[in-house]
Amino acid sequence: MAIVFRQETFRDDFTYRNSPGNIRRFPFPFDRDEYMYSVNMEPHVRGQAGTVYESLIDVDEHYVAEMQDRALVLKEDPLRYQALPHMMAAQWDTLELLMEEQAAGYPEHFTLIRNGDRWRWINRPLGIDDTFTFGDRSTLPYDPFEYITRQAQGDFCIVDQRDGNLWMDAGMVTTQADWSLDFDIGMNFMEWHGPVPLAHQIGVFDRALKFLLKLQLGKPTRRFNWTMTINPRLDTSPENYHKWGPDRTTVTPDNVGEKVHLRVELQSLWRLPRSNAILFVIRCYLISMNELVTVPKWARRLHRVLKTLPPELVDYKGLTRYRDNTIAWLSKHDDGAPTSPGIFPD
Amino acid sequence: MSGGLAIAVRVSRIDTVAANIKRFRLVRHDGEPLPVFSAGAHVIVTMDDDGHRRRNPYSLMSAPHDTSGYDISVLRVAESRGGSAFLHEKLREGDALTISHPVNLFHADKRGRKHILLAGGIGITPFLAMMAEFDRANVAFELHYAMRSREHGAYWQELVERYGAHRVKLYFSAENDVLPVASLLHNQPLGTHAYVCGPDRMTDFVLRTARECGWPKSNVHSERFLAPISGKAFDAELLRSGIVVRVGDHESILEAVEAAGIDAPYMCRGGACGQCETAVVACNGVLAHHDVYLSEEEKASGRKVMICVSRFDGTKLSLDL
Ligand SMILES: Cc1cc2nc3c(=O)[nH]c(=O)nc-3n(C[C@H](O)[C@H](O)[C@H](O)COP(=O)(O)OP(=O)(O)OC[C@H]3O[C@@H](n4cnc5c(N)ncnc54)[C@H](O)[C@@H]3O)c2cc1C
Ligand code: HEM
Ligand code: FES
Repeated sequence: MAIVFRQETFRDDFTYRNSPGNIRRFPFPFDRDEYMYSVNMEPHVRGQAGTVYESLIDVDEHYVAEMQDRALVLKEDPLRYQALPHMMAAQWDTLELLMEEQAAGYPEHFTLIRNGDRWRWINRPLGIDDTFTFGDRSTLPYDPFEYITRQAQGDFCIVDQRDGNLWMDAGMVTTQADWSLDFDIGMNFMEWHGPVPLAHQIGVFDRALKFLLKLQLGKPTRRFNWTMTINPRLDTSPENYHKWGPDRTTVTPDNVGEKVHLRVELQSLWRLPRSNAILFVIRCYLISMNELVTVPKWARRLHRVLKTLPPELVDYKGLTRYRDNTIAWLSKHDDGAPTSPGIFPD
Repeated sequence: MSGGLAIAVRVSRIDTVAANIKRFRLVRHDGEPLPVFSAGAHVIVTMDDDGHRRRNPYSLMSAPHDTSGYDISVLRVAESRGGSAFLHEKLREGDALTISHPVNLFHADKRGRKHILLAGGIGITPFLAMMAEFDRANVAFELHYAMRSREHGAYWQELVERYGAHRVKLYFSAENDVLPVASLLHNQPLGTHAYVCGPDRMTDFVLRTARECGWPKSNVHSERFLAPISGKAFDAELLRSGIVVRVGDHESILEAVEAAGIDAPYMCRGGACGQCETAVVACNGVLAHHDVYLSEEEKASGRKVMICVSRFDGTKLSLDL
């Protein structure tokens, strides 16, 4: 079924909304009424129609608007895309993976025709029809990694594996929850995770790294991460903190429903064939509180998660200024009834 | 599921390439292309030897971008428990095998300015793919290849022809030619990486010499074709499955567990990847750790064992499996 792409903005007048159908497929990340960091990883396999697991690289009604927002960010700040020179094979790996997955999941919107090294890529939503030589940088208008991630939702990091560690050696990062590629590039797994509270102490990163070093070709894995954002803004980067930081003080008991958004990252990790690097996909989904409470189970559960969230996480995720207002607002949607297991609506 | 998704293949061609070494070309059963891989990768080959299932890792030696088939080369080992003997003596062109997706535990450092490859005997296989990749990407490399004799060594003539004598140096021990490890590792430019794959003694010697020459650990890479070392048979209690398995003298714990129908995780089956790490709940005896994965402290603690290669001598071993 063809997706109807919305015309909307993630800045200035913030016209971003989810259609009712898109709300039902929102990846609500909490499978119980409280939250703490853990090695929450599972095989990234296809799931039911009508969920974000329908395709392994998810495309939804926000695709075109997100790609326009990315182009704006890159125009203002080209350093949101970076790739170290030794990552060229991984760039081509990523281009192949994203083209193949998008074409397989959405044949009405994307087509990939491979004729040896001569490839033709048709992206109908963005009006692109390019023929190029796989492996020859000069036949594309951008680096292969930049080219394809200007046409794929979510942020992307490619991490190189060496010396028993992972190194952030390439990235396209324009929709991030307050971290900077320009700062993290060249760092290893433990270094870039440095600011995260509590997780180091309980061994989450030691175990996650061991697991990722052994990630196998053909067996991608996934996990959720989440935070909250005021206004449906994709680019909440440290570089632009002056633009979005002050939004946090604008939340009042009356505007929680439209201003406060749950921000969920469906992260998938893929071993890449030619380079043996790992592609880390951070697919970001936003939902306003008004939209979220149309699913009663999610309203009850988010209320409880926020109430019991450890203070270190409240602080790290930057929720302090508006958490109380949000809990008070959500409490009207929580009758205390038990919630069913799992993440899906009842 | 363990060891990656399985791929059904057919042996399209078998060639004898040296005394005791055969090359096998594997193509996909359904005629589709195989996955591209990164140089240094191996696959686990599963063989059905008269109802006896054997699984051995073999390095992919063909060019990584060639997806029409994979080539492996196998040395017939003298006291084979079956794997290399089966491949050499029973397998015929057209026969079916199953392989895992490629796994790479021996990748080249992509930032390296120059790569020195030290091969001993059958340890040449991962380097064949690496050289194809370096050559294609125009990266500087040198191969130093030690063999028993001209008859026992595989591919050396082709390699000299393809890459030139300035990049391929040969050493035949039958002719009293010795690989000059120390002088090679001395005075290399900054940013050089060294790789060794060969008999254990050679690997140990190279690693020790590199350390003595002041090479940073991160610039020296090795792969060992470890195989389960045999010993006395013993029993292992699998607590979660609630059974006791007998591990035969020529069998690994992993093989015994699989024969009992239990799907234990594995990847390299060679003590290197860490996938088969198993918690030891009770141990009345001595664990013989043959892996290169656990740290010395972990080995000494006796609380973990890599069941693909390590063994046990004693009265009671209970595993969290
Ligand atoms: C990552 C990796 C890559 C590899 N790549 C290759 C490759 O490209 N080509 C290749 O030929 N091999 C390769 N190997 C080795 C291969 O997997 C097998 O181990 C090898 O083919 C021998 O298998 P087998 O079943 O015939 O012998 P096994 O029975 O497994 O015997 C293995 C070794 O143990 C010795 N042995 C057996 N029984 C005894 C005993 N009672 N006492 C003392 N010693 C004993 C044998 O002499 C032999 O050297 C690789 C191994 C690894 C881990
Ligand atoms: C290689 C892949 C990965 C990359 C590139 C990556 C990158 C990042 C970055 C850049 C941050 C922000 C840190 C900051 O505040 O500056 C972060 C946060 C975090 N990461 Fe990762 N990560 C990866 C894999 C994982 C995995 C496998 C786990 C599994 C447990 C994990 C757990 C976390 C957690 C818990 C946080 C804190 C998030 C929050 O509370 O908002 N990461 N990661
Ligand atoms: S399977 Fe790799 S260490 Fe045992």
